Amino acid sequence: MAIRWFDRLQPRTLAGKRTLVGYVFISPFILGFLLWFLVPASTAVWLTFTDWNMINPPKFIGLDNIRELFRDKLFLQALKVTTNYTIISVPLGLVMSFLLALLMNTKVRGISFFRTVYYLPSIVPAVANAVLWVWILNTEFGLLNVLLRSIGLPKIRWLQEPEWAMPALILMSLWGLGGSMVVYLAGLQGIPEVYYEAAEIDGAGRWDKLVHVTIPLMSPVIFFNLVMGVIGSFQVFTAGYLVTNGGPQNATLFYVLYLYRNGFQYLKMGYAATLAWVLFFIILALTLLIFKYIGSMVYYEEAR
Amino acid sequence: MVTPSKSLVMRRSLAAMPALRGLTRGEWWWRAFVWVVLLVGAFIMALPFFWLVSSSLKLEQRVFQFPPQWIPDPVRFENYIEALTYKPFHLYVKNTLIIVILNEIAVLWSASFCAYGFARIQFPGRDFWFGVVLATMMVPYFVLMVPTFVIFSRLQWIDTFLPLTVPAFFGGGAFNIFLLRQFFRTIPAELADAARIDGCSEFGIYARIMLPLAKPALTTVAIFTFLGGWNDFIGPLLYLNSPEKFTVSIGLATFRSAMYTPRWNLMMAASAAMVLPVILVFFLAQRYFVQGIVMSGLKG
Repeated sequence: MAIRWFDRLQPRTLAGKRTLVGYVFISPFILGFLLWFLVPASTAVWLTFTDWNMINPPKFIGLDNIRELFRDKLFLQALKVTTNYTIISVPLGLVMSFLLALLMNTKVRGISFFRTVYYLPSIVPAVANAVLWVWILNTEFGLLNVLLRSIGLPKIRWLQEPEWAMPALILMSLWGLGGSMVVYLAGLQGIPEVYYEAAEIDGAGRWDKLVHVTIPLMSPVIFFNLVMGVIGSFQVFTAGYLVTNGGPQNATLFYVLYLYRNGFQYLKMGYAATLAWVLFFIILALTLLIFKYIGSMVYYEEAR
Repeated sequence: MVTPSKSLVMRRSLAAMPALRGLTRGEWWWRAFVWVVLLVGAFIMALPFFWLVSSSLKLEQRVFQFPPQWIPDPVRFENYIEALTYKPFHLYVKNTLIIVILNEIAVLWSASFCAYGFARIQFPGRDFWFGVVLATMMVPYFVLMVPTFVIFSRLQWIDTFLPLTVPAFFGGGAFNIFLLRQFFRTIPAELADAARIDGCSEFGIYARIMLPLAKPALTTVAIFTFLGGWNDFIGPLLYLNSPEKFTVSIGLATFRSAMYTPRWNLMMAASAAMVLPVILVFFLAQRYFVQGIVMSGLKG
């Protein structure tokens, strides 16, 4: 009996065998998806409707967590901080790393040296980066104020003044723009030289070539960096946690930092899960909006 | 520093080199301008590194000197020894390496195994599951952070390395599957067909043909895995509590609070020591960084 059952499981056709083998190959992913994705995701749905501090049993509270959102001033503050950061740092980083990649793509002496220097900061470990920048931003002895003083400007209390803390963190984020620069560079290297040659024959100058050849052909890469930039900036954590700890006066209370505090410091697991879902829907909505309004401006060669 | 002939990016600029000879005057001025801009920018980008190393080698009181001492005098290499023994950094390094090595094994095996299935075997449902791979790439880490923590705490995995290593055995990360799949698809099908005719199973083809041929792609994945593990902060922050289980990241983050007043020269020395392995890996594997980006098909 058992043997016949096993016989039936053994695929007889070639296609059946291939299906079995295929599923064996992708089984680690499927298992991982169920265990580390579907199970947490459904737990998150359930947690949203509970009040739970990890010690006492969870209490079902219906929609109270969602109602709490509208009363929570810090939630709104975190949302505002993160939105401001995104609006300033993403376009700034996008433009600067694109310009940098354009410069990197010219054939000048020592270009591989320059590529290395600009890329290296982006792989510095986040914690080392944070410790280093706390020192650079130090009011009395930090590099930044030393430079300001040497050209006769007053020192700035970067991490103590609410209006300066955010510019300081944006400056810090720009130091790491080498990552998106390399993505642009890979894209620029992929543009066939013949396009430029053809444009030159038509009498195009440097500016025309940039506007009519480079930017259209690079638009998928620009678009990719934009989407990744927005998704990434809504998840800034380490800088806010280690450099400013959300302060001064919650001026750098990033959304994810507030989420972390609710979950792991105040032990409000249910509320933290609710915040996580809100984050998910914000990112989803933003991504869809970007795809709808900016995605249509992207030029794809295949579409011609 | 760089071996130009080995790098994809640089090979092209090398091919274009003869053009340098016949430069027009306008082109010459343009390149000179670009060069100066790049040099100024490079100076700005390198300044924090210089400040890091310079501060890390100073005497404590010289750190707080104005105008600053750009070149430390005296140069105190002892700072490094003092910083790395101030807290048990040897333990942190060991812990980090255990986690990183387990992750390397897990990711290299699991991601390549899954990627082979997605790249080279036709079966119903494959494209659906590959869509799932891409979809999971888009869900932010923080969305699942709380419930994942809850699950691991139910499993009593908190304050062990298990949450930081075991998940990697299940697929090895969507990005890595994606990257390796792209690479496997570039390997000619004839190689596998020949092996199949000789009676080799799919698992044999994967292990004996694909893996050896995929060394460049696997190296890329290995580098990214190393950097990810070495740099990870949130994972250890969530899951590790006892000081003897800390990783380098957490060790460095708690360095400041461990001191009565912040000793900047020591903190900079410890930071520099954490950056150093990353920079070493970068120089050893520089060409794979660019290849990894080209291979993942990001260039549109």
